[in-house]
Amino acid sequence: MNQPTPSQFLASTLEDGAADILEQWIKEQSNEGVKRADVLDEAEIRDRSKRFIEILIDAIRRTDAGERFDLTDEAWTPAKNFLRAEAGKRDDAGIAPVEAAGYVLSMKGPLLARIQSEQANKGHDTVAMVLAASRVIDQLALFTTDIFLERRDSIIQRQQREMTELSTPVIQIWDRIVILPLIGTLDSERAQMVMENLLEAIVEKEAEFAILDITGVPTVDTLVAQNLIKTAAAARLMGAQCIICGIKPKIAQIIVQLGIDLPDVITRGDLQGALVYAFEKAGLKLVSKES
Amino acid sequence: MNQSGQIATRVGTFRIGDIVLVALGSDIDDATVMEMENSLTEEISRKNTTGVIIDTSQLDIVDTFTGRMLGALTKMSRILDARTIVVGMRPAVAITLVELGMPLVDLETALNVDRGMEKLRYSGPGGGFG
Repeated sequence: MNQPTPSQFLASTLEDGAADILEQWIKEQSNEGVKRADVLDEAEIRDRSKRFIEILIDAIRRTDAGERFDLTDEAWTPAKNFLRAEAGKRDDAGIAPVEAAGYVLSMKGPLLARIQSEQANKGHDTVAMVLAASRVIDQLALFTTDIFLERRDSIIQRQQREMTELSTPVIQIWDRIVILPLIGTLDSERAQMVMENLLEAIVEKEAEFAILDITGVPTVDTLVAQNLIKTAAAARLMGAQCIICGIKPKIAQIIVQLGIDLPDVITRGDLQGALVYAFEKAGLKLVSKES
Repeated sequence: MNQSGQIATRVGTFRIGDIVLVALGSDIDDATVMEMENSLTEEISRKNTTGVIIDTSQLDIVDTFTGRMLGALTKMSRILDARTIVVGMRPAVAITLVELGMPLVDLETALNVDRGMEKLRYSGPGGGFG
């Protein structure tokens, strides 16, 4: 009889000892403190763990768990989907990535024990089998951690997107006048966003005057200053005028030291000055009641 | 080669009183630009014209040639004593022109045809339209 490959051997070991491995694994999960019966349902854990062993057997059957083990193989898709769901469930329950990886890793003990007892009967190359089993389990555990990272990344991206949207609101305060108050440091990505939002708002609201209030901006760099100037130039081409107000002394110094010229831009000290200018240009007049 | 019928859909010239309105299509090639310079200047001098409005709201592709054309048309009209206003430029087009280093500082602009008309009416030379 031919020597079975590590894959074949691993699959048959898992299959023959499925019930036994499952028991040991669940016990191991409790011992390692990664079962988390406090947040996950006991019966469900058993059910899902059993299912995972089945998926694992199937995947190992269809692929090579030996030297050329490759998690990107299509045969591993069900296993990956399963782990994705498991990791998601654990993440939602607030369980740390380490514990979710521990869920997979805790299977190694029972599996290796099973291999050992199996080997005693058949006398194959134990080291090769143990290596193969470790490779599979380790890779899957790493994959679980990866899923956590993916989920974190997507959260960060979403928040970043929301933040940029929130941070560039365009407010119409009067016919033909919009204000864009800016708060926080302008990096070039945000400055680009400001530019696009403002120009879109000019079209949408038919605004002839766009006031950029940079009172809340602590500092600008060359790129950002350059961007503000481009915005003003583009707004002018579209038939609107940009007014920048709230320039801090520091920023004024920087703009001059950088040798940047502000040709198309009207600047005013504060929002009030900018408003008065816009009202005047729009043919409106502010009068006090008494006078 | 472009047939004249196609060119007509790319640029439309209309006269409203003493104002000439030029509507540009979504993209205009160099030949159309040359043709337009001819027809516009002739139209301006044909009858008394105080204002020219160039509507760029359909225009979505620009290059340096188109940008230069806008500047040139403005100057030509001015020489012929007609005030020229470019209206309705899209954000993307405006940004492109600025990025190309053509801020066209001499250009008079307005948000749309209405606002352009308004500008001509209230401060145009000789009272303008209406």
